[in-house]
Amino acid sequence: MNMTEIFRVLLLGLLIICAIAVNLTRNLLQAVVIFMSYSSIMCMIWILMESPDLAITEAAVGAGISGILFLMTLKKIKAEDASSGEKKPGEDEGKEQDP
Amino acid sequence: MKEWLKRFFAGDLDPLEGLADGAEERDSTREELKIQRKEFREEVYRRAYMRSLDETRQKGFYAFYSAIAVISCVLLIGVLLFTVANLPEYGEENPRTVEVVERYVEKGVEETGAVNIVAGMILDYRAFDTLGESHVLFTALVCVMILLRIDKKNMRTDMEDYYTIRDDVYFDISGDSIMRRVGSVILPCIILFGVYILLNGQNGPGGGFSGGAIMGAALIIFSTAFGFKAVDRILTTKVLMIITFVSLSFYSFAKGYVFFTGANGLENHIPKGTPGAILSGGLILPLDIAVGLVVACTMYGFYSLFKRGSIGHD
Repeated sequence: MNMTEIFRVLLLGLLIICAIAVNLTRNLLQAVVIFMSYSSIMCMIWILMESPDLAITEAAVGAGISGILFLMTLKKIKAEDASSGEKKPGEDEGKEQDP
Repeated sequence: MKEWLKRFFAGDLDPLEGLADGAEERDSTREELKIQRKEFREEVYRRAYMRSLDETRQKGFYAFYSAIAVISCVLLIGVLLFTVANLPEYGEENPRTVEVVERYVEKGVEETGAVNIVAGMILDYRAFDTLGESHVLFTALVCVMILLRIDKKNMRTDMEDYYTIRDDVYFDISGDSIMRRVGSVILPCIILFGVYILLNGQNGPGGGFSGGAIMGAALIIFSTAFGFKAVDRILTTKVLMIITFVSLSFYSFAKGYVFFTGANGLENHIPKGTPGAILSGGLILPLDIAVGLVVACTMYGFYSLFKRGSIGHD
């Protein structure tokens, strides 16, 4: 078992940990960050499997753009600080306007 | 009270004047009140009964739902594990696909003119797959535009949206000096790297999709650092639609021409070039550029539609 093999097993273990953790977190922001780290690990695994084409695409799309889109969606639905229970300024005033 | 006593002593007020009417009214209201209370109590009991009924029904539904979820999850895991266990081992020669692989590896460079065999496969042998992928991206952009685009007709003016817009302004970091400084240093490198990957798809790893994604990410960083107005000067909805349409139709026509004229060993009049040079690989380079433009436009379009509900000037 040489170094590359150990590294590969380590990366696969981290991949499984990320896949389980993204389901178990209650905080959506943390889930997005874990998802992006999952994509980064997957990118390294693609390089180890000698397919750099997929690695570049995974790094650009999986770890970059889809993460940005998830964060934008969280901001749209105001779920960034859902777990902390902190209210944004203006949220109460908006509720008063509702009859 | 004092006022009332004064008026009473002055003979101005009959003390029994309003009493009798009031008693009558009070009696009638008491009867009505009794009926109302009875109705109210019945209503409360009825609603409590309905709610308990609903709760029991929901409990049953939730139990059924979670049981079904667990069962389907376990089944899916089992199917996937079974499939993975029966896959050919990594690097093993699979007799079902070894002929195609041999053909690609041995004659790929000669037939497509691309040193990178992956590019030769996805843009020459299997070019219709890539065409379908580009159209999937275009369709996704159109769907996002249908769902999220804000124009004058569906501009929402209720208070909640006012606060959403205000939050967007509050969290907007365009004009941040750190973002501007870092962006002005790092953005040319990112765009150059994207163009390099895009143009070298036939010689090295990369190609249309990865290069386009990197250029789209560069556009997103550009709009974050310098504001949407800076991007609007070059890339509006109209320009984006024209670029996407021209790229997709060029891809379809060029590949259709090659498939109709060059299939089955016929000549297709498109020179292959020397393998390894930038202008090589026949149609692979133009197709790469077309796919890259579509992907870059789509990525920036997603971001812009998510962020502000339009791509610009529409």
